[in-house]
Amino acid sequence: MNKMRIISTIVENKPGVLYKVSNMFRARGFNIDSITVGTTEKTDLSRMTIVINADEPTLKQLVKQLAKLIDVVHVDVIDPQNAIYRELALIKLNAIETKSRLEIISYANVFDSKVVDVSTEHITVEITGTPEKIDAFIKIISPFGIKELARTGVTALTRG
Amino acid sequence: MSGAKALIKALKREKVEVIFGLPGGAIMRVYDELYDADIRHILVRHEQSAAHMADGYARVSRRAGVCMTTSGPGATNLVTGLATAYMDSSPIVAITGQVPTSMIGKDAFQETDIIGISTPITKYNMQPRDPSEIPLTVKKAFYIATTGRPGPVLIDLPKDVQDKTADMVFPDSVKIRGYNPDVQPDPSAIAKAADMLLSAERPMIMSGGGVIIANAFQELQAVAEFLQAPVVTTFKGKGSFPENHPLSLGPVGMHGHPEANKLITEADVLLAVASRFSDRSVGRFDDFIATGIKIIHADIDPSEIEKNLPVHIPIIGDVKVILTELLKVLIKKAIKKDRTKWLERVEEVKQQFRNRQDLGSKEITAPKILKKLRELLPIDTIVTTEVGQNQMWASLHFDVIKPGTFFSSTGLGTMGFGFPAAIGAKVACPNVPVVDIAGDGSFGMTANSLATSVLEKIPVIVVILNNSVLGMVAQWQRMFYNRRMIAVDLHNVPDMVKLAEAYGAQGIRVQSMDEFSKAVRLALKSDVTTVIDVPISPEENVFPFVVPGSALKDMVLA
Repeated sequence: MNKMRIISTIVENKPGVLYKVSNMFRARGFNIDSITVGTTEKTDLSRMTIVINADEPTLKQLVKQLAKLIDVVHVDVIDPQNAIYRELALIKLNAIETKSRLEIISYANVFDSKVVDVSTEHITVEITGTPEKIDAFIKIISPFGIKELARTGVTALTRG
Repeated sequence: MSGAKALIKALKREKVEVIFGLPGGAIMRVYDELYDADIRHILVRHEQSAAHMADGYARVSRRAGVCMTTSGPGATNLVTGLATAYMDSSPIVAITGQVPTSMIGKDAFQETDIIGISTPITKYNMQPRDPSEIPLTVKKAFYIATTGRPGPVLIDLPKDVQDKTADMVFPDSVKIRGYNPDVQPDPSAIAKAADMLLSAERPMIMSGGGVIIANAFQELQAVAEFLQAPVVTTFKGKGSFPENHPLSLGPVGMHGHPEANKLITEADVLLAVASRFSDRSVGRFDDFIATGIKIIHADIDPSEIEKNLPVHIPIIGDVKVILTELLKVLIKKAIKKDRTKWLERVEEVKQQFRNRQDLGSKEITAPKILKKLRELLPIDTIVTTEVGQNQMWASLHFDVIKPGTFFSSTGLGTMGFGFPAAIGAKVACPNVPVVDIAGDGSFGMTANSLATSVLEKIPVIVVILNNSVLGMVAQWQRMFYNRRMIAVDLHNVPDMVKLAEAYGAQGIRVQSMDEFSKAVRLALKSDVTTVIDVPISPEENVFPFVVPGSALKDMVLA
């Protein structure tokens, strides 16, 4: 059965590495659900967090193919049970009437999210959390009308 | 020191003796430095052939072969050769010129993103942006190309980086944190494999191309003899085990012997050594494992384990080390299992198929030519092939006796590989005869290498099984497309004898088996490249044959 897998890799921080990694997935016929890249505590290394939907044999093969790339220094499969994983979303909502403005702000409070921009027509909310939490929030507030939405994809670290 | 000078100096430090290449605008500075260097340059007529020559040189010498081209079209013409080397794990270092760094991304004249293009078909590629990076880049390239599972590495060198000067530090060694090729095999896996092999009733060994790369011939033979296990080879592994050995069943798979294909489906334990389980070797994967065969897979590349098939015991490491250790464990266990029943069965199937072929008539056929060729050539002759029917006939009918003397484009299946690869092989090994077994279609793709072969005095022998068609495609059209023959007729053009002569080579057309023998003897004595044109029937099919996508048991015998 396919399920969400989080692969955390440490790669050389230099031009072209993201291309080499993502191109390997494409060339081998695997789909990436999300990929995030950022620097680590060491300036010459980056962390890539890759989320895929795959069965166990596919995951194993992917990890080996990733590890084979020379610019990939380390590969880990992260167990969501034993990890902190977060995604950021920015959601711009239609909010002309005062009633809906107040409702949006109260939902945002319940979900521990933040209003980061307000205009005469829109309210933009920032939320971080697991993808499930963000999905739930989007479901609740979508009746107000989502004008624009941006999600970052998951980044993760193991606990402890 | 300029970047170009540093490049040449770094190549010298890697003991490079020869470069196959073709100059152009973006690599002029390096060629200018080459003028004073003690490195032989072999001028090709098309960059694809430069890569194949470097590949042929690498396969024979087991050192990295080097090719060099200009930017843009020079670089893109290398692509087929790089992909060929990548699929067959051959170590080549390709150097391409590039437009100046200030022009990169501006669609400059003869600019192409060769780093982007070559990423999926190279083991690694690099583009130094400062001349001071060149010595380390070259060191890395050779280290990566030749260690672990070998493969092609590309260095793309912008023009200004060649021109500019910098203080150079030439490293003696290199360490790359994401690359650890020296994997020691797990002793417990080897012990488990030994037990499984010893308890097997019908063990078999499948030897792959990595045995040739690892130079593990003696170790393989010792293990096979100890176990009394018959050996099949993948097509890339052809000649990793002497084909006149009593335990040899020859190549398995699409290009395989029927006895190999039959018996592998009867084996209970398979020791697969340095094979990537290509569909061309084992047929349809589901059917292959449906026999219940237990698989022990030894390979240097962990990502090959369970890529295509589930395996029972994986052993990761250099197969020469693995086989040495395995033999030690087997000897220590001191169990000799009685294999009489299995070996009798093997002999029975072998005889059943081997007595089938009638080679008595006087008419020229491809199998007869290849069997005759084997008789005529010294045992250490290096043989390459083109791709297509010629390749399959060579697999089936040309026995390789001395391990590691047979090379073909087995992964990518590149028409035009054999002739330039033969030239590269001859450069690596000038004192043995080198023969390309060709078809007229394939040979036509890189026939312009005749110029290189003649002018650079690298004499090889080309035997063209000339059926005036694209033979393999024609065979499929006859067998699977109801004889709707389209786009296969080559009309016997060009005249291969005249073509050879036009380039200053020797061309001989033969009309009988006797003439063929004479021609080969003449070619072996010749100090110029000889093209032997052997007209054969365009209707001749290769049999047996495993249809792509079907199971080994469904091979078509005739």
